[in-house]
Amino acid sequence: MTARPAIYPSCPVPADSGERIEIGHGGGGKLTQQLIDRVFRPAFAVSEEDLTCDSAAIGRSNSQLAFTTDAYVVQPLFFPGGNIGSLAVFGTVNDLAMAGARAMAISAAFVIEEGFAMADLKRVVETMKSAAKQAGVGIVAGDTKVVERGKADGIYITTSGIGEIVSPGPIRPHAARPGDAVIASGDIGRHGMAVMAARESLGFEPPIESDCAPLFKPVQALIDGGIELHCLRDCTRGGLATALIEIARCAEVTIAIEQAKIRVCDPVRGACEILGIDPLYVANEGRFTAIVAGSDAERALTILQRYDHAAAIIGKVGEREGSTDAKIRTIGNTRALDLQTGEQLPRIC
Amino acid sequence: MRFVDEFRDPEGARSVADAIAATATRPWTIMEICGGQTHAIVRYGIDRMLPGGISLLHGPGCPVCVTPPGIIDAACALASRPEVILCSFGDMLRVPGHEQSLLAARTGGADVRMVYSPLDAVTLARENPAREVVFLAIGFETTAPTSAMAVLYAEQEGLANFSLLSSHVLVPPAMRQLLADPASQVQGFLAAGHVCAVSGYRDYHAIARQFGIPIVVTGFEPLDILQGILLCVRQLEDGAAKVENQYRRAVRHDGNRSARTAVKKVFKVQAQEWRGIGRIDASGLTLRSRYARFDALDRFAEVRVPRERQTECISGEVLRGIRKPDDCPMFGKLCTPEHPLGATMVSSEGACAAYYRYRRMPEHV
Repeated sequence: MTARPAIYPSCPVPADSGERIEIGHGGGGKLTQQLIDRVFRPAFAVSEEDLTCDSAAIGRSNSQLAFTTDAYVVQPLFFPGGNIGSLAVFGTVNDLAMAGARAMAISAAFVIEEGFAMADLKRVVETMKSAAKQAGVGIVAGDTKVVERGKADGIYITTSGIGEIVSPGPIRPHAARPGDAVIASGDIGRHGMAVMAARESLGFEPPIESDCAPLFKPVQALIDGGIELHCLRDCTRGGLATALIEIARCAEVTIAIEQAKIRVCDPVRGACEILGIDPLYVANEGRFTAIVAGSDAERALTILQRYDHAAAIIGKVGEREGSTDAKIRTIGNTRALDLQTGEQLPRIC
Repeated sequence: MRFVDEFRDPEGARSVADAIAATATRPWTIMEICGGQTHAIVRYGIDRMLPGGISLLHGPGCPVCVTPPGIIDAACALASRPEVILCSFGDMLRVPGHEQSLLAARTGGADVRMVYSPLDAVTLARENPAREVVFLAIGFETTAPTSAMAVLYAEQEGLANFSLLSSHVLVPPAMRQLLADPASQVQGFLAAGHVCAVSGYRDYHAIARQFGIPIVVTGFEPLDILQGILLCVRQLEDGAAKVENQYRRAVRHDGNRSARTAVKKVFKVQAQEWRGIGRIDASGLTLRSRYARFDALDRFAEVRVPRERQTECISGEVLRGIRKPDDCPMFGKLCTPEHPLGATMVSSEGACAAYYRYRRMPEHV
């Protein structure tokens, strides 16, 4: 090899001012973590545990309540398998379910853009009504604001929910421990790819449908079945991989999963292959991962398969291995899973 | 899923890896051209399945990585004009020019949009007659045909508000340049299957002959890549220097004729700057004079493409296969996907990003 030149032609450091909100700050990956750590955590001074759970537990007696809130922005507002209304209801019901809580009441706040079609609003609200009925919860309080045309993207909905914790012990990410089994409640990637296909008019045939659904029933079945549940997390923004990484960080463990065990339906796989997107990081709205005591794994699986035959034991929790949060075994390799930097962007070719 | 599962079968992969081990009697160095192949190799640990003597070098075939920063500067300058809608492929939006990336320009207020195809940009032009739609057209032989079709459709529809900022590049001239470099260690090539699906592999025979080097047109799944390596190692052991086609299910000798015809009609070949590599003769595509009105640099004559500035990042050497990402002292420390110092860390197909994503843990865990 010849001597290398002293200076190599290449690109400089890109500007990273941190002075403005970027799209990636909402992606559920590293930038979102940074935003929480640098802006919200110091300001609200809540405990780290509350910030890392899907719902906060409140109350001091045995009968505890869970409380959660979430904002919903999605384009397009209507997509195969659901719309922003079903997301807003199921999302909050599911965040409560992930704390082992049955939703008791939900509030909904709407920010609507001037000129938004009344028929579309009615469609969204009707969907919310039937979603709430399906989830067995009432929408008991609400608020509406209208902003000038161009100041919002159609409609934004924020829902908050309160629920009664029905699990005997606390269900939280910190409780995951070595020896636990990792279960996925079904196949992954449907919601994110359904929305992406609808947004970009990709025209997959048949269209991919969102998995948007309430999750309390399978959670209750696990509790009723006496399963030793340590942690539940719905695999929404950032997908299954992000959920597992967050759990592993809280519990200071390393989670190992196997590619071959993770179910992805063919239409979603095909779409991900075409676009160069990893389904592990694609959002779901009706799937969760359950971390259960290893000895209960098979029983928990049998219960979950009653709700979704694609439920599977995908891996296990192990002792912490250095800086590795989660790892996945593929053909010739075991590789670390990392949070994404921002949004997943389709590859070029 | 058909055409995927059979090419990711662990046992099949193991048996091809065993065949490679049984064939190789001495060390060989093979370069995969395409960033998609690099990604698959690192993701599935294919290099770790190979016998110790076989090393893989990662080539310059990431279209995002080799796009010169000056073009991104020009794209950002265009995007900052209020009448312009600047669109490109998703991956391209994150890559920094000298000053900023297109995503940063969008955060600052520019109208930058992600599209899946240049034809979507034509649709945008049709739907926004009062705006100027500029498509940042990058990529190898794979993406050039759709850029050409976009121009032909825009012409057919009489759209006067659509143009290309073109930075298309061609693979064979880069292969020649790499082989002519005295520092090159490349003894065999895995050629990029998707590029050859479009352009065919006629041009590769002369390269194989001139440099006495085997070239295997190879696909992107783990078994494709292992079979490509096996064919290449067999040739090297036999002292052969032929062009072979491993990726027969997608690639024909003459490629896709209608795609080639469209490219030839719209573009002509010219010298091209490659990020980190420099100028390579006859390695780029520019619009023919009859389509000059669709050339953004013609249309917005005051927009300049600055020359690439020099920095200390080694991505130029990574792109030429002279060094590997983890040879760099800044890799994973000062240089990460959140704070990339070079394009190979920015693009998901870039070698540094692939190493960062898949290679930051001990070998056997």
